[in-house]
Amino acid sequence: MSGELRPNLVALQTIVYREVRRFLRIWPQTLLPPAITMVLYFVIFGRLIGARIGEMGGFSYMEYIVPGLIMMSVITNAYGNVVSSFFGAKFQRSVEELLVSPVSPHIILIGYVIGGVLRGLAVAAIVTMLSLFFTHLTLHHLGITVLVIFLAATIFSLCGFVNAVYARNFDDISIIPTFVLTPLTYLGGVFYSIHLLPPFWQVVSLANPILHMVNAFRYGILGVSDIHIGTAVVFMLGATAVLYLVCIRLLVSGRGMRQ
Amino acid sequence: MSSALSIRQLTKTYGNGFQALKGIDLEVAEGDFFALLGPNGAGKSTTIGILSTLVNKSGGTVNVFGHDLDAQPSALKRCIGVVPQEFNFNQFEKVFDIVTTQAGYYGIPLRQARERAEEYLTQLGLWDKRNAASRELSGGMKRRLMIARALVHQPRLLILDEPTAGVDIELRRSMWSFLTELNKKGITIILTTHYLEEAEQLCRNIGIIDHGQIVENTSMRALLAKLHAETFLLDLKESLLIEPQLEGYPARLIDSHTLEVQVEKSLGITDLFAQLAAQNIEVLSLRNKTNRLEELFVSLVEQNLAKVAK
Repeated sequence: MSGELRPNLVALQTIVYREVRRFLRIWPQTLLPPAITMVLYFVIFGRLIGARIGEMGGFSYMEYIVPGLIMMSVITNAYGNVVSSFFGAKFQRSVEELLVSPVSPHIILIGYVIGGVLRGLAVAAIVTMLSLFFTHLTLHHLGITVLVIFLAATIFSLCGFVNAVYARNFDDISIIPTFVLTPLTYLGGVFYSIHLLPPFWQVVSLANPILHMVNAFRYGILGVSDIHIGTAVVFMLGATAVLYLVCIRLLVSGRGMRQ
Repeated sequence: MSSALSIRQLTKTYGNGFQALKGIDLEVAEGDFFALLGPNGAGKSTTIGILSTLVNKSGGTVNVFGHDLDAQPSALKRCIGVVPQEFNFNQFEKVFDIVTTQAGYYGIPLRQARERAEEYLTQLGLWDKRNAASRELSGGMKRRLMIARALVHQPRLLILDEPTAGVDIELRRSMWSFLTELNKKGITIILTTHYLEEAEQLCRNIGIIDHGQIVENTSMRALLAKLHAETFLLDLKESLLIEPQLEGYPARLIDSHTLEVQVEKSLGITDLFAQLAAQNIEVLSLRNKTNRLEELFVSLVEQNLAKVAK
């Protein structure tokens, strides 16, 4: 590995640089829309409707929803970055540039995931800064906040990769975000505490992985959560490991890429 | 001379059951300029796909400069540069970025990658276009970009799949001289092409593949020596109404000013002109009806087709 390590690190740097260059080049499609969407959420749900809702979990409604909205941005952007970039490479066949080269499948995957994580974090930073115009934020636990945001971005980058591998056309890359990701996010405690739900639906909600991410992140910032943080972190670590293995298996087999 | 490429009993059966390669053996010496020819669907692109690891083989072994495809894929890949038949770069990226990014995939640090990108883009006449998005390039420029990209990690074996398809004759000739220079520098080149005069002009050795089998693998000279007769077209100064009687030379009039004559190699062409002069037929110019290699290629493929049909 030592002889291969240096070239692989250069390759990793190349993939990450290319991914970042890609989402910065098309910033009106990647960075601007989440900023506009989140401002609308802050104004409509936070200011207008939130003022009538009052407090939730001991915080103003605006403060309560900001961590969830940041997490929502991270999830959708990390996912969207990898799925569109990798599917685009497949569609244009430029993925062959990578496949004919000696880059290890691990480096290819890590490169794409870092690209997704960086876009997720870039959008998170933008949304966080915008939220400061509407409310003030304190940081309850820096370690949890950083860990959860990284793990969530990683998990959804890996999910985006799986989607891109299986996708055969552009419709296939919008089905999962539209019919799975968005409903799970909206039902994942971004806008409400699950304690507002009847007991049965509280239990059902616990099966939603996004609920754990949103609440763990909310705990990091506000110090309140509907779920047990340890469980959420273990779940996220496990999901990362499983998804990583799935993605590597897909890459090595060349599914949808090699004949 | 050591072997650049050694293929043994290579087979490929696709998921739909189509057997694209039926156990081919192929040897390409280091420093060779090798033509791999065959009709559409013969198995050329499958062979190249396996070499470049874009197609998984079903059986057999592939060895490039001593590196086995199964045991040392990374080392093998470092030795190979591939110019595919279809454009396969990001249409939205800049020309310069495409080449430097490819260098990065091979572990070449950015500074060195930039130097090499400048070198190859300049040699291929694309330096002025380095900041253009690749989709803005003409077809010929895109082909040259793929060659620059394939060379940036300085491979020892360059594989070109139809590199001059759709390229105008002037550009094709400049690409021929570029490839010849590369080969003189020691880079082994494997070329597939439908332009047989291109193969005849550039390549020293040739393999003809048909229905997933190698039907000929020899030197260009030995192959051309198999051609017993050539067909010439003579442009005549005066018009003729009937074919002249030419002993030993079957002839027919294409039109009043064009005579087609078949010339056996053993007879030569001198006696033909003597007979024409004796009949006061003046010839303005002479040309081959088809490329010599093309005549052989067609006859070999037809023979194989008959064999397969049996």
